[in-house]
Amino acid sequence: MDIRFDKVSYVYQPNSPFEHRALNNLSFSIESGSFVAIIGHTGSGKSTLLQHLNGLVQPTDGEVTIGPYQLKAGVKNKQLRELREKVGVVFQYPEHQLFEETVAKDIAFGPENFGVDQEEVQARVKDAAKATQLDNSLLDRSPFDLSGGQMRRVAISGVLAMNPEVLVLDEPTAGLDPSGQREIMEMFNRLHEEKQLTTILVTHSMEDALSYADHILILNHGEVYREGPPLDIFKQKEALEDVQLDVPEVIEFLSKVKEQHGVEIPYEGQTIAELAKELAEMVRGGRDHE
Amino acid sequence: MEKSQIEFRNVSFRYHDDSPWVLKNVSFTIHSDEWLAIIGHNGSGKSTIAKLMNGLLFPQEGEIYVSGEKVVPETIWDVRKQVGMVFQNPDNQFVGTTVRDDVAFGMENHGLPREVMVERIQESLDAVGMQEYERQEPHRLSGGQKQRVAIASVLAVSPKYMIFDEATAMLDPKGRMEIMQTIRDLQSERSLSVVTITHDLREVTQADRVIVMNDGEVWMEGTPRDVFSKKNRLVEIGLDTPFVSKLAEEMKSAGLPLSREPLNHQELLEELWTLDSTR
Ligand SMILES: Nc1ncnc2c1ncn2[C@@H]1O[C@H](COP(=O)(O)OP(=O)(O)O)[C@@H](O)[C@H]1O
Ligand SMILES: Nc1ncnc2c1ncn2[C@@H]1O[C@H](COP(=O)(O)OP(=O)(O)O)[C@@H](O)[C@H]1O
Ligand SMILES: [Mg+2]
Ligand SMILES: [Mg+2]
Repeated sequence: MDIRFDKVSYVYQPNSPFEHRALNNLSFSIESGSFVAIIGHTGSGKSTLLQHLNGLVQPTDGEVTIGPYQLKAGVKNKQLRELREKVGVVFQYPEHQLFEETVAKDIAFGPENFGVDQEEVQARVKDAAKATQLDNSLLDRSPFDLSGGQMRRVAISGVLAMNPEVLVLDEPTAGLDPSGQREIMEMFNRLHEEKQLTTILVTHSMEDALSYADHILILNHGEVYREGPPLDIFKQKEALEDVQLDVPEVIEFLSKVKEQHGVEIPYEGQTIAELAKELAEMVRGGRDHE
Repeated sequence: MEKSQIEFRNVSFRYHDDSPWVLKNVSFTIHSDEWLAIIGHNGSGKSTIAKLMNGLLFPQEGEIYVSGEKVVPETIWDVRKQVGMVFQNPDNQFVGTTVRDDVAFGMENHGLPREVMVERIQESLDAVGMQEYERQEPHRLSGGQKQRVAIASVLAVSPKYMIFDEATAMLDPKGRMEIMQTIRDLQSERSLSVVTITHDLREVTQADRVIVMNDGEVWMEGTPRDVFSKKNRLVEIGLDTPFVSKLAEEMKSAGLPLSREPLNHQELLEELWTLDSTR
């Protein structure tokens, strides 16, 4: 589904001493089927933006369009239920919201609540567990007996069981160990492609933004600071540093190679092994110094 | 035994009598003024270790000593004055109605005079970039902002030992670096031992020493350089090596002789420089 923010502002606790404008006149659009990473310093408005996508909050000003649905300041949306079926949100530390006695019941909670019939619910539970690589033997266990990484998979399965068209992820790998992080991101990437989802990822990992997104949106004080393809965005080291961000480590390293060795190796998505070969060539004199 | 250190002596722990051991015969020492990183897969026992250090839990077997004093229910108030802790989930850590109250709370337990408290609140909120939020209610902050306030609360108390249990997981890259630098500066000014439990491998390369946990056991203890030279074995236990180690490894495979295991960009660049000028 295409998504569009049109001059959206959001104010927390308006007309109180704590009034806070978390989003300020924000406009951008996301094409159906794209994988967008939203990055920005803490407090820049990322989570607030995400909460607009399934109507958890309503814009104070402006208009949000998600496929056929609209959220407009001051206008009550009568299709919130439908919208929430189509937009699946994985919140920060989603495992804190698990509550059922068994894994299967937790995954089934969403579709059951939306009136999906039992047979279909059971099929979806199996599919979702498979998609997140949760072993079937775990379905009858209590979610609280599982490891952190497994609990996160259960929570994500619950979102997938709704068969969303848009998947919204708020720092989904925070707190996972390195292999857990890699597995979860690979899983989202696979789901994105297999199910042709529109995926919106909030992350503090510039590496993940570079590896998985086809478009990056940088928020700063509730405004769009930059947007564009990852390779363009991550060329702008200083602009990123000005807003508390950084370039991915591989790009940082290559810029130091250029500074100290005078040899430019442009980053175009090479693997580490490919880069090692290029560096080997450089020191063997395969590339001329400038 | 040295007075300013934390020691785990043959510690075993499980959460219930009928559940499996979560820590198995764990022994290690955290020295004074040391920066120690603890890494390990999810569920390997890292947070349990942290909770044992300030008496939130007690071991069934073995002993824990903080500055020479055994951690038992009778000593926990004394122990907690010395061991400051920030957890990965800041939601459960707030007690005050405003950010300011919250930072003040920890200090009140230490009986600090009011002027000192006011000054420390300012300094520590400043250090984490949250001075503008002094009067905000903590539950109205973003996840990363909550983590910053939790860190400020510990900085304000200025304990002898600071334990950060994935305390920067929700921070932006620069914010994470700045907070680590603040703590490092503090460490250069006064006696302070720091334990960071983290999955951020680049942060780990800056520690003095690393303890690797695996399934409730100390799997390895060593300098970051030693630990990250064990690439394949780390991957087997759910971990990984930093970018620089991976690149160095691939460079060796590509036929470049490196003289040692580089830990950071500068060291790897120096290796390249040596190769470049001697070819
Ligand atoms: N419930 C709330 N009441 C008042 N201010 C809030 C509330 N939730 C968030 N904020 C403020 O809005 C800003 C944006 O927060 P958030 O969208 O959570 O940021 P991010 O996810 O980018 O870290 C922050 O400055 C935060 O303090
Ligand atoms: N409150 C608890 N009750 C029962 N088991 C727990 C509790 N907290 C943690 N565990 C279990 O103890 C083990 C170690 O957990 P933890 O110390 O949190 O690991 P880590 O911090 O390395 O991820 C895990 O198997 C976990 O499921
Ligand atoms: Mg957020
Ligand atoms: Mg933990």
